[in-house]
Amino acid sequence: MTRLGERQYVRPGSRLEPKAFCTQAKVLVVAGKGGVGKSTVAAALAQMAASAGLRALIVEVEGTNSLGPMFGTTDVLTYREVVLGEGKDGGEVRARTLTPDDALIEYLHDHGMRRISKRLVATGTLDVVATAVPGIKDILVLGKVKQLERAAAAGVDGAPDLIVVDAPAAGHAVQFLASASGLLDAVAVGPIRSQAVDVVELLRDPARCQVILVTLPEETPVNEVTETAFHLEDRAGVQLTPVIVNAVFPPLELADALTVGAGQLPGADLATLAAAAAFRRRRQELQAAQLERLAELLPLPRMRLPFLFTTEIGPPEIATLADALAAEIRDLP
Amino acid sequence: MTGPPPNLAELVARSRIIVCTGSGGVGKTTTAAAIALGAAARGRRACVVTIDPARRLGDALGIAELTNDPRRVDGPWPGELWALMLDTKTTFDHVVAANASSPAQAQAIYANRFYRNISAVLSGTQEYMAMEKLHQLYGESRFDLIVVDTPPTRHALDFLHAPGRLTRLLDNRIFRLLMRPTRVGLRAVNMATQLFLRTISKVVGSDVVGDAVGFFEAFEGMEQGFRDRAQEVLALLGDPVTAWVLVTTPRPAAVAEALYFAEQLEESTIDVDAIVVNRTYPAFAPLSSAPDAAIGPQLALLVENLQDLSRVAGGEEAAVARLTARVPAPVARVPYLDTDVHDLKGLAEVAEALFGPEP
Repeated sequence: MTRLGERQYVRPGSRLEPKAFCTQAKVLVVAGKGGVGKSTVAAALAQMAASAGLRALIVEVEGTNSLGPMFGTTDVLTYREVVLGEGKDGGEVRARTLTPDDALIEYLHDHGMRRISKRLVATGTLDVVATAVPGIKDILVLGKVKQLERAAAAGVDGAPDLIVVDAPAAGHAVQFLASASGLLDAVAVGPIRSQAVDVVELLRDPARCQVILVTLPEETPVNEVTETAFHLEDRAGVQLTPVIVNAVFPPLELADALTVGAGQLPGADLATLAAAAAFRRRRQELQAAQLERLAELLPLPRMRLPFLFTTEIGPPEIATLADALAAEIRDLP
Repeated sequence: MTGPPPNLAELVARSRIIVCTGSGGVGKTTTAAAIALGAAARGRRACVVTIDPARRLGDALGIAELTNDPRRVDGPWPGELWALMLDTKTTFDHVVAANASSPAQAQAIYANRFYRNISAVLSGTQEYMAMEKLHQLYGESRFDLIVVDTPPTRHALDFLHAPGRLTRLLDNRIFRLLMRPTRVGLRAVNMATQLFLRTISKVVGSDVVGDAVGFFEAFEGMEQGFRDRAQEVLALLGDPVTAWVLVTTPRPAAVAEALYFAEQLEESTIDVDAIVVNRTYPAFAPLSSAPDAAIGPQLALLVENLQDLSRVAGGEEAAVARLTARVPAPVARVPYLDTDVHDLKGLAEVAEALFGPEP
């Protein structure tokens, strides 16, 4: 596990622009444990790319519907690409789903097996096959991602400049990304094997694909992102970008309410302000301690996204986060 | 607004089984352990069945390693607290051994590569084995209460459908037909099936199909036992001795997932008995009047901080209200703790938030 440690993300003396960050590889996989804001980060990343004049496509692999509201729509994402947001200079955010069942049916159609695809699903044989070949569902999804990536690399008309994959929740993320190499051991021949070979090539080539891990400045998420990072490098051989630490409280120096507010507000109000300030200070301290732990445990640079003090994430919040991310990229060591 | 807090003390007194369900990352494992601890504090013999692979629960309970058999946790409670960590593979092996007609049949199954994959990859197997373990513990009557932590999944029903999914796999028509090649009348179907399997072989390789066929052959005759057992387990989960606790955080995305879970449970006519909301922001009282515009910058910053935090708490409460409008179950809130739960003291803190002060 030396690779993680010896790496600087930006060449000494140079500065990375958001556009350059987004064009280092055609595929950026966003991965993290449930509840850390993985989809929010995927949305902010795509929005940042769009603002830099790129066409970004978000690929949602779990079939949740959290992306729509972030771009101000209640429409449910489907297999068909839709434009979710606009950027600058022709940049835009598009999105689609890509579930294993979708990917399998398309795969069978593309390989001249249109007729058996329905029967495979209807008879439950897909379950048998998926059990016989662990990881086949992930391979099908990543195989389709690879197909999108090839089209993008070839400059096919309308193809995106950047594909942002909103990966399954961590734990599953390692499995998701390591399944291709695992499958190479299990399946000796056939089109699925060649699909797996292609996927492994994609994942191991940092010029084509990189993985962004997302975490929170809290104890368990820090532990888990560390474990995931090491597993991903070991088992999937992927290149990791700097880690995104989401929902960091912006530093705020709060005075003692009882001192600065004496005589200006009723005592009960001052007590409330003091309690709120104490809560804020305490959380800031805990977050700072966890950020420090993360730096010790995981030798990857960190990019911090601010906590926005709201529970509803819509287009203005995504725009704020996209700007914050751009600033963090420019500041990378 | 959301009714009285649930009387978890009453819930642990009347239930034999409590299932903690909810999406990943919401604190299900800790909640399950805290409920078991609260039950022990109320004199019950409680066992928590966890699926948490991070081993954090073992640390919190002061047990170096949780195993597939219950370990006792010593502490100052009148009841008993036990814990086990589910080992899916071992549990499945036991089920096979119990259903096999001979040790040779069990051995043939263990040796099959397809079988080895089932416990690792067939979605729902972990859920199924959790229930199998639950059923086994329930049958042994060693405990007054079994608290089950469920695997993180998007579908509450994975837990309910898991036995069905396995028996459906075992019943798979294509493979069943293949294994009865001599039955008159099925010959034509069998030809079509052979062709179908050949096509699959072309895609995934013939070894893979061979493994699967070998598995179905080895399993011959055991399906009925599996089916009967699955029925018993499902009946137990729907029985009034079982209480369902829906665990979530107050973040809108988590609440949306919890709503989805609740709807799925409702479809299976399972009622949620209590909702646990973990990691809630404190609700501060509003200021008595809007502060004067002339207050100094330091005081203004303090006011802004209060407004920021109140906005979060308000948004969270609105999200929880959406849940309770749909799911008429009482809600217990566990505040944001300073650290994760590392020891029994931390667990007792969570239990106190859930149950109120110890009796």
